[in-house]
Amino acid sequence: MAEKITIGELHLSGCTGCLVTLADTYEGLFKLLDDYADLVYALTLVDVRHVPEMDVCLVEGSCCLDDKISVEELKEARAKSKVLVAYGGCAAYGNITRFCRGGQWNQPGQEAFVPISEVVDVDLYIPSCPPCPQEVRNVAVMAYLLLRGNDEQKKLATAYLTPLMQLAQRGNEACGCDLMYDVINQGLCMGCGTCAGTCPVRAVTMEYGKPNVNRDLCIKCGACYAQCPRSWFNFDVMNNYEGIMDAIKGAMQ
Amino acid sequence: MDVLGNYKSAISARSTDKDILKKAQDGGIITTLFAYALEEGIIDGAIVAGPGNEPWKPEPMVVTTKAELLAAAGTRYTISPNVSLIKEATRSYGLDRVGIVGTPCQIQAIRKAQLYPIGMRDVDDKIALALGIFCMENLSYQALEAMVEDHCNQKMESVVKMDIGKGKFTVYTERGAVSQMPLKLIHKYVQPGCNVCLDYVANLADISSGSVGSPDGWSTVFARSTKGNAVWDGAIAAGCFETKPIDQVKPGLDLVTKLATEKITKNQKNVDARKTIGLKADGTPKGLRNPYESP
Repeated sequence: MAEKITIGELHLSGCTGCLVTLADTYEGLFKLLDDYADLVYALTLVDVRHVPEMDVCLVEGSCCLDDKISVEELKEARAKSKVLVAYGGCAAYGNITRFCRGGQWNQPGQEAFVPISEVVDVDLYIPSCPPCPQEVRNVAVMAYLLLRGNDEQKKLATAYLTPLMQLAQRGNEACGCDLMYDVINQGLCMGCGTCAGTCPVRAVTMEYGKPNVNRDLCIKCGACYAQCPRSWFNFDVMNNYEGIMDAIKGAMQ
Repeated sequence: MDVLGNYKSAISARSTDKDILKKAQDGGIITTLFAYALEEGIIDGAIVAGPGNEPWKPEPMVVTTKAELLAAAGTRYTISPNVSLIKEATRSYGLDRVGIVGTPCQIQAIRKAQLYPIGMRDVDDKIALALGIFCMENLSYQALEAMVEDHCNQKMESVVKMDIGKGKFTVYTERGAVSQMPLKLIHKYVQPGCNVCLDYVANLADISSGSVGSPDGWSTVFARSTKGNAVWDGAIAAGCFETKPIDQVKPGLDLVTKLATEKITKNQKNVDARKTIGLKADGTPKGLRNPYESP
């Protein structure tokens, strides 16, 4: 067994749902921590007060520009991590904090919240609100293979992580409208219903075989578009779904 | 990968269940496999295209009994967004082992949901049996209405069976009328998303099936994954199907390969054409988004 990688979680303006998701793999978390990763920084879970050096930094929450410490810690996390991940809808796209206009208890003066890529370069996105525990697990295993694996494992991990890195390049605005702009308007929707099944707030329904978004319900988490098989579909990874799923399952036993 | 995808066996088959055959589109493969899987406890329930609130409009539905399966049997030539229920099936319905039937694109969506479960919490290990159906293209409900009511001149509610085969779309009515239209006329009704699809026989399903390649009343079946192969072998051993070796039936795998190649070649051209559809200021081509390259 190769040396473990180090993972940290930087908590900015989020609800802690992303952090809870880390633990929602139940015994999977212990396996990850036993064999693949040391958790070196995280609210509540790790008794470390200052952002340390780490391989992978998961950033939860958007960045409040009115809070100097948030901006400084985010920059420090960027400087001290090899891979910086926007972990969850808020960090990636602003999510529910996109609707903040200040005046809220107990920090009425804080009203400017931005996706973290407005402040630092981000390598990889894990969208959705909350993120899915199994996706965090998959990314953690793939990050381990990328940083510690043999050539073949590195190749697989690179292929797996590439679309999530491309998502980070695509931008920091997400909305159910993406289903219109980037799928239906582009002539790519075939009505599978994935978006409706994915939406954490049930803002998407299928009407006559196409998604219909209730924009008042949409929280801008980015899950629908990222999960859509027509946002990306990388055959090099998908055609090997059986092998990859077996490998992840094996790694977690 | 070959146009027919990876498979462990290909065979021509027909259900031995008379009740299912009466309702089935062809060989009753999907309905029979789900009935067998329910019986054996391989799945707790299945997501299928059940009856909707308009004639011939399917509604995705979680079924847990053979009677419900029978009510959903047969092909509706329009979109049933079955994937919309996969998280719901594991939560509201509490299923631990979900069966799902889908077109090739829907099976792709399921595999993506398993490999990249971004908003699909606790779904990845609960997909117990993903059955794929061959698919050339699909139509909106309104397009199907136009074909049945305008082209074939029959009322949707009076139609008892629709079928595609031998270059024709055929509707059979309750009073015994048979109306047809040539398939080449339906191209303008095909939903645009189908024109970039690079899968004909549900390459990523556990088991996939369709009428093409087998004689009337029979279906061609590919057992693909390790799991799919085990289920297929079990169903055969349980006497669920009559089978014939695929190389001894007409028209056989050659026709499946021919149609798969035609579809994929045509659609790959569409995918490529999208890359140069427009024009930049410097005179070079401007492209549309390509889901096979990046999000």
